[in-house]
Amino acid sequence: MRLCAFYLLLIALSLTGCSSIEPWVKPYERAHLADPIMNFDRDPVSGAYMTHVYQAREAARGAEGGHGGGCGCN
Amino acid sequence: MAPRVGTVVAVGVTRHIPAWLVGTALLCCSLAVLAGVLPDDRADALYHSYDGGGVEITGPSLMVLKKLGQNVAVNGNYYVDSISSASIDVVTSGASAYSEDRIEFSGGVDYLHGNSIMSLSFTNSSEDDYEANTAGFGISMDMFGNMTTVSMGYSRGWDMVMNNLDSTFSRDADRQNYKLGLTQVVTKDMLLELNYEGITDEGFLNNPYRSVRYLDPGGDSYSYESEIYPNTRTSNAVAIRSIYYLPYRAAVSGEYRFFDDTWGIDAHNLKFVYTHPLQGGWVLEGNYRYYTQNAADFYSDLFPFQGAQNFLARDKELSTFSSHTIGFKLSYDFIKNGWRSIDKGKINLAWDHILFDYDDFRDLRVVTPAPGDEPLYSFSADVVQLYVSIWF
Repeated sequence: MRLCAFYLLLIALSLTGCSSIEPWVKPYERAHLADPIMNFDRDPVSGAYMTHVYQAREAARGAEGGHGGGCGCN
Repeated sequence: MAPRVGTVVAVGVTRHIPAWLVGTALLCCSLAVLAGVLPDDRADALYHSYDGGGVEITGPSLMVLKKLGQNVAVNGNYYVDSISSASIDVVTSGASAYSEDRIEFSGGVDYLHGNSIMSLSFTNSSEDDYEANTAGFGISMDMFGNMTTVSMGYSRGWDMVMNNLDSTFSRDADRQNYKLGLTQVVTKDMLLELNYEGITDEGFLNNPYRSVRYLDPGGDSYSYESEIYPNTRTSNAVAIRSIYYLPYRAAVSGEYRFFDDTWGIDAHNLKFVYTHPLQGGWVLEGNYRYYTQNAADFYSDLFPFQGAQNFLARDKELSTFSSHTIGFKLSYDFIKNGWRSIDKGKINLAWDHILFDYDDFRDLRVVTPAPGDEPLYSFSADVVQLYVSIWF
């Protein structure tokens, strides 16, 4: 019940007020973040291959990242 | 650690979707307000080579990503593993070295709407004795002035396991993946990423060819029987990553992942990457990765007698082991300022060296007077990638 109330509150906040949150890193301050060397997964085809290499030899799997996300610098 | 004689191992699975996941999904869906960006058009052609532990795997991977208009992008990937194996499992089972190919096709569509990108994907993987199909859906959103990106995904897989030694053998294995991700701008030089992935499997989850060994009566020799795995497995993985821009234009990143599952396996890995651009369009990268896991509850290198447990495994991937990887990558921008319809071109050469050390998997190529006294197994592998990327 508490969890439901928590999510209802968050959803309401997101519908009404998220655009009012002031970004503490301004768009003109994101030159470093936009540099290609700051990409978690610069080469997806290579990243997917290395994930496959490890997954075939380890029991652990998942949360490898590199599937979306970004730096918000565009 | 393997259960003692007569121990019964029971492994369960939770199949319902947790309330917090549903809540987070609703939260994510309510946050679609600002503007996202589709990835740039690009094509990659990669040749990969893995050589280690008696196994050689080579092949190409070709990927194309292309925007269709302002709101839609499509992608496709063709991937091949050409496998030649005389691994320790093959050698010690008395079987001959074998060769086989695994061919994988995948495709997907991304649709941009406001600040949200919705994705659909499908993958098919085929081998002589294994067929896998996976369909997935994902959504990611930029929010809070593009300071935060939230993503989530669900995929479902339908696998069919066959046996080249028995044409009548065919078993199903189904899989569901739940993903949540968050990328946060922390400062003008630092990004943070959090990822969670839960996976449930149900069906035939073991390798139909693999066996376990057990002590014969008297204890001075051993015999083999087939592996038996539970038919369900649920795992959770949580990862945190961060990347930091250094003052002299270089980047350092670190990551930690924790994993556990209902088979009793816990795993941890750490990775550090340093990226250093050089003059003339060259970029040098170095990385180090450490991985460690403990064994599944039903794993043993040597069972005390035949049928000692209801579940039996001697797969070294389910044993206690650790690995260290050290790697380097050199990239060169061979097209920097455009040429015909190509905006940018890059060639990359990457090499990774991996050392595997097993704590409870023994090298049966060495014969000792008493079973269980064989030396512990270890091996190293070299992974090489050569690939060209173009943006157009």
